[in-house]
Parts: sequence; structure tokens; C-alpha cells
Amino acid sequence: MRGLLNLVAIAVLALSVAACTSGSPSTASGQVTITLYNGQHVQTTEALVAAFEKATGINVAVRNDDEDVFDAEIVAEGQRSPADVIFSENSPALEYLQGRDLLAPVDRSTLARTPGKYNSPEGDWVGVSARVSVLIYNPGLIYKSALPTRVLELADPRYKGELAFAPGETDFQPVVTSVLRTYGKATALKWLDGIKTNAGGHVYPDNESISAAVNRGIVAFGVVNQYYWYRMRAEIGAGNIHSRIAYFVPRDPGYVLDISGAGILKSSKHQAAAQRFLAFLVSEKGQEIIAHSISFEYPIASGVQTAQSETPFDELEPDPVDVGELGTGAQAIALLRYVQLL
Amino acid sequence: MAVALLVVAVLALPLAFLLTEAAGAGASNVWHLIWRSLTASLLWNTVRLTVVVTVLCAVIGTLTAYGVERTDLPGRSVWAVLVVVPFAIPDFVVSFGWSSLSTWVQGFRGAVLVMTLAVYPLVYLPVAASLRGADPGQEEIARSLGASRLSTFFRITLGQARRAILGGCLLVALVILAEYGAFEILGFQTFTTEIFTQFNIADTSVACALSLVLIGLSIVVLVGESASRGGGRVSRTGPGAQRVLARRRLGRARLPILIGYALLVLAALGVPIGSSVYWIFEGGAHSLMGASLGSAALHTAGYSLGAALVATAMALPVALLVSRHPGRVHRLLERTTFLVLAMPGLVVALAISYFSTKYANSFGYQTAPLLVLAYSIMFFPLALVCVRASVAQSPVSLEEVAGSLGVRRLPALLRVTLPLVAPGIGAAFCLVFLSAVTELTATLILIPTNAETLATQFWAYQQNLSYGQAAPFALVIIAIAAVPSYVLGRFFDRLPRRGLAQAPGVVT
Repeated sequence: MRGLLNLVAIAVLALSVAACTSGSPSTASGQVTITLYNGQHVQTTEALVAAFEKATGINVAVRNDDEDVFDAEIVAEGQRSPADVIFSENSPALEYLQGRDLLAPVDRSTLARTPGKYNSPEGDWVGVSARVSVLIYNPGLIYKSALPTRVLELADPRYKGELAFAPGETDFQPVVTSVLRTYGKATALKWLDGIKTNAGGHVYPDNESISAAVNRGIVAFGVVNQYYWYRMRAEIGAGNIHSRIAYFVPRDPGYVLDISGAGILKSSKHQAAAQRFLAFLVSEKGQEIIAHSISFEYPIASGVQTAQSETPFDELEPDPVDVGELGTGAQAIALLRYVQLL
Repeated sequence: MAVALLVVAVLALPLAFLLTEAAGAGASNVWHLIWRSLTASLLWNTVRLTVVVTVLCAVIGTLTAYGVERTDLPGRSVWAVLVVVPFAIPDFVVSFGWSSLSTWVQGFRGAVLVMTLAVYPLVYLPVAASLRGADPGQEEIARSLGASRLSTFFRITLGQARRAILGGCLLVALVILAEYGAFEILGFQTFTTEIFTQFNIADTSVACALSLVLIGLSIVVLVGESASRGGGRVSRTGPGAQRVLARRRLGRARLPILIGYALLVLAALGVPIGSSVYWIFEGGAHSLMGASLGSAALHTAGYSLGAALVATAMALPVALLVSRHPGRVHRLLERTTFLVLAMPGLVVALAISYFSTKYANSFGYQTAPLLVLAYSIMFFPLALVCVRASVAQSPVSLEEVAGSLGVRRLPALLRVTLPLVAPGIGAAFCLVFLSAVTELTATLILIPTNAETLATQFWAYQQNLSYGQAAPFALVIIAIAAVPSYVLGRFFDRLPRRGLAQAPGVVT
């Protein structure tokens, strides 16, 4: 019987620990706390949040997950959503919420910090940073000269078994949308069928897995965003790097600029504090944090340039497709589903 | 009775959610989403993996149990612990460890290797317990009647352990159906990984349709296990007097067998721990290192203890109902609860969020109690298995005596039944705790904002390729989970041999 009592005692203790540690975002002594649904990389956001809290005294409760998961949650939560701000890696996640009329307009002064083409066409979210799609390849498995230089060549039968990509990854859908926009539906579908055949078993869940697989020589090359390679190099050390990146030819539809941005939920009860957070993200101070962070994303606001040694932002020559044309990604998903990649 | 039914109703929440979502999408739509070549390839991947791993686990689990329980293997008590502890290592840590070792470990073969090493203790534990409880006299009789050693092993020993092997295989198969993290790391697509992808592109109806197929698969597994259980009595009539069992001499085979055990422990335990340690030293220069390690460990321990308590409390009435009032309906009810085990944590979490936001005015949404509830639902079958084993061994006559002496039902339950089934309760508590410590996918959805667990932190860093930062979290998970898995090993090790349960604390 005593054993049982001990068990109960432990359990009660455990429950009280669980209750105490369940960091509730309620306010203490009048201090405002906003809840951030963060789809961006954890470390970068942590640095931004810490600086923001220090500068303003506003607390930020952070929840980390994939931006698509947040989209689904916010829709399900409706008016009672605990989220005040969503910070996503890609524009389609924000366009999706905007399309459902869930985002509040962003202050004009905040929008003015970022070049207009990187903001929501409706003014409901602000562009914060950018990345660009590239090829990652393993020189031990394929020569640079043998790599495709245009996105359509990815479907060339000579790359059978050598290509890796992540159809479910939010970074890949903009490439599909861009191909669709330039070449039309028939070509896009044929292209998807081709890359599906070429990838064979090398269909990965996300860009990190592709980068790791190419680097380790499991597959010759893959489609990722440039910063995954830089991050991998920073994380595992240059000595462990057996891969490189290559760009598509200028303005190729595979050469897509992805915009990361932030928006405020209409249902938020902390509109003013949330506006201040967005303003901070695109301020010089916020952008400098991004410029120096190991996320290797390009700052795009307040004229700040990246401090990392990668191709400078203004030397990139991506396809001119803009955030409005990239849309919510629904078209890309429909195509991916049609060819049974999803 | 009423309590037991309430528990079953709670367990049915995920299924209710799936059916509602599927109904919302429309039957013909769901059919279109299921009837595709993608489903066929997922089915092929899932089924072949489940079959191969289950068979391998059955072989490894049974042989290691036989060696520990019935032979003169040197260092038996040490091996008895070492072969169980791998269960404490999360599947995604095993696959992280192995895949960072060699590029060979990926895809199908990687999945087979990793899952076998991660879950074979699910066969080992029940088989070891049943060999311990079974009558070795039968083997001796078979030998005396002229049966060879080999045929004695196959006809008598395996016969005695058959139900335990099948029960273990059932758990293995269901766990593989629901596994996610390991396969994502290994780049192997199954139903569950695809359910995650579909959910990630904000398409719940497809995710739910695929989940229904997954449930169909697990029903096949359950029915298959029930059918192959068959009749056949393995018990003996009287308790008899236990005498010290003559262990089989290994003789010349001793060294190779010892090497076999060592290799198994090295593969299942050494590789994941070794590679975690390696990455701590080799990891990137940017490693922030465990500022959040302490708080994550606290959260993990808190949520897991809560879940262990709730799941065990839920298992008790159901176990009593099924054991004390056996019958076809109750039996079916008990079996159905196993379906929960094959449901990805994500689905359980979504179901709970769904009911909270839709019908309960967001009550408890993103708070610890709902996370604990999700864990309790997910790991209920594990708790039930343990509690049920003890309830079955505690004689109902003692409760009846208490009743005849005028003790009312609730006090009788507390003073007579509970102490009798205490070992099973302890085991259930440990098993659920252990599973909750390593849980990832439901946690990601339900965890309170601003909180993190060891598993979510490991996952976040591993996903970011920050292996150096992920590794300490893996080691702490292993350290925390090793304690209950050790206790669990001891529980099965000490399972009462025959007849009356020799539960500690019977005398109050």
C-alpha cells in the first residue's frame, strides 16, 4: 500500500509541476504579452524576439512549428486564436491567411521600410527577409558542368536517379508555381512527371534532409534554397562539407526569390503591440540581426545588406515572378497532387 | 462499469474526429483520395516494412529472452537489463545515430535496421516473462520422451511462449504503423509520413482519409493476431512446487552467443549514445548549448508523469471490467482500444484540438492538461496490457471474501484489489512515462506556447542540422527514460511465477 501512496504522491507532484511550467502567456502586472506563431528558423526568431523585448518591454510568447501547420490552426481557431502575429518563411502561407480575410492591415510606415514588391499587394503583411532557390550538388557524384542550368532540364531523362526534391516543402511550391506561370499547365505537368521519375526514391520531406543527403553522397543533386547549404556548413563545419551550390541561369523560372514575412491577425487583442513587433522586424536594428544571423537569409528592408559571405543580394538575377503571382501555393499543390507527388 | 465506458468514449475521440472530417470531405472525394497509385506505393512500403521488422523483432526478442531465461549464459542479470534499455531510446534518436554513421542506413534497409533495434524489447519483455512463468517440466518430459533439443524448443518452448510472442509482435506492428520521426530522418515514405506531409500542406481531409486506411491496416493486424492466437492450453492444472530450473548448457556456443548479445547492445544502445556524444564534440561552433536543457527536462518530466498517472488510472477500470466480467463484447472493446496505438500522435492531437476549439469554446487549448490527455489516450493500450496482466493474476475470490465480510465495493477496491495489482500499476506507470518522454508529434501540436520538451528541442535542432545542439537533448532523454525502463525490466523479471500473485504490499 505504501508503494501506491508514493506513486500517488509522485503523480500529484508531477501534475503540479506540469501546471506550473505550462507557460501561460497571460500578462503579469499590466505588462503586455503577444503570442507569435513562428514558422521562421528558431534561432533567428529567438535573437529578434530577445532584442525586441529589451527595446520595448513587450513580452513575446513564441510557438514554433511549420507555417502550414499554423495556417491550418489559425483557420480552426477562428476568432479565438491565441496568436497575435504570424512570422512565416514563405509568402504563400501569409497570402493564404489574407485570402481568408484573417489578417489586419500593416502600418504604412512599416510597409515603407521594405521595397513594395516584397510586401503583400493588399498591405496585409510585410516582407522581412529573402532567399533564393538553387541546386545543391555533390562534386564527387556529378561535375558542375553536367548540372542542369535551367529548371526544365531537371526532367531530362539523363538525370534519372540523381535528382532529389521535397514536394511537400513550402520552399518547393513557389518553383512549381513559377514553372506553371512561364510555361503553362501542360508543360508543367509533363515536367513534374519527369522530375518524379528522375527522383525515384529520392523524394524528401524537407530541404534540410535534401542538403544532408546530397552532402553525404546519397544522391547527386537537389533543389533547395541557398541558405540551407550555408547553414549546414556553419553547423557541421567546413571540414564536413562535401557539397556545393549552383545557380540557375539568370531569370530562369527555377531561380525564384522566396520572401519571408510577418502579419497580424485580425482577431488579435494586442494590435498596437503587434504593430510594434512588425515595425521592429523591418527596422534597421531588426534587419541587422538577420544580416548577422546564421540563418543566412538576405535582409530586404531599411537598406541593410547581409554580413555573411554569400552572393550579394543585388547580384542575384531571379525570375521576376512576384509574391502576388506566387499566390497561396494552391495551384502548385493541385498540380503536385495530380501527378501523385502529394 | 460506467467509468470504464467513459474511458472507452474518451479513447474513441480520435476516431470520431477522423470520421467527421472524412464525412465533411464527402465519401466520393475520400474514395478518390484513397484510390490512387500514391496510396498503393505507400501501402507497399508500409506493409513490407511492418512484416519484415515484426518478423525480425520476433526472432531477436524470442532468442534473447530464451538465452536470458533458459540457458547458462554468463552475466544473465546484466544482459536482462541491457537488452531492455534500448526501448528507452527514442526511435528518432536511433535513426539519427545510425544515419549519421553511414550512408548505407537510409530508405527501406535503414528503416528495417533502425526500427528493429528500437522496438524488439516489445517482444523480449513479454516473452521473457512468459518463459519465466511457464513450466520447464514440460520441456524435460518432451526430452525424456525422445524429442530432440531442437524439436523441444520449437514444439514446447515456443508453444509456451506463443501468446507472448504474438502479443509482442502485435505491439511492434502497431508501433511501426504510427512511427514518424525515424522515417522522416531516413527518408522512407509510409502512410504516416504522408499523413504528416498532407497535414503540412493544410489539407486535413487527405490526411484523415489516409489515416482511415492506416486504421484499416491495424484492424487487419489485430484480427490476424487474434486468429493466430488460436486455442491450445499452455498452462498446467495445479500450481505445483517450483524447483530450480536446470538451465540449458550453452557449451561451445557460449562465446559466439555472448558476442551476439554484445553486438545487439552495441547496435541498439552504443551507436545512438556514441554518435550523440560525437556530435557534442564535433558540432558547429555556433552551439548555444543547453540553456533550455533544464527547463525542457522539467517540462518533459512533468507532462510524462501526469500522463503516466492518468493513463494508468484509465486502464484500471477497463482491466477490471474485462477480467472480472469476461464476455465477447468486453473482449472486443478491449481489443479495439489497441487501434489507438496505430494512430499517429498527430491525429490524436488534431482530434483533441478539434474538439477543444469546436465544441468546448477552446477550453484548455494549448495547455498542459490537454497534452497530458493526448498522451494518456495514445499510450492507454500499453498501460492496459500491464494492468491487465496483474489483474488476471489477482484472484477475484479475495474481493469476494472482502464483500462477504461486509466491506463495500469502493473500500474493497482500494484495500484489496489495488494492492494486489500494484506491480502491474507500477509497470503501466513506467511504460507510459517512458513512451511520453520520447513523444514528439502530438507534443508539437498541443504543447503550451513558450514551453518545450526534450523531444521537441531535439527535433528542432536536428531539423536545422544543428547536430551538436540536438545531441545533449538526446542524451538527457535517454538518461530520463533509462530509469523507468530499468524498473520495467525488473518488473517483468520478478513477475510472480504461478498462482497467487506475490504482490508486495499485500500485507497492510
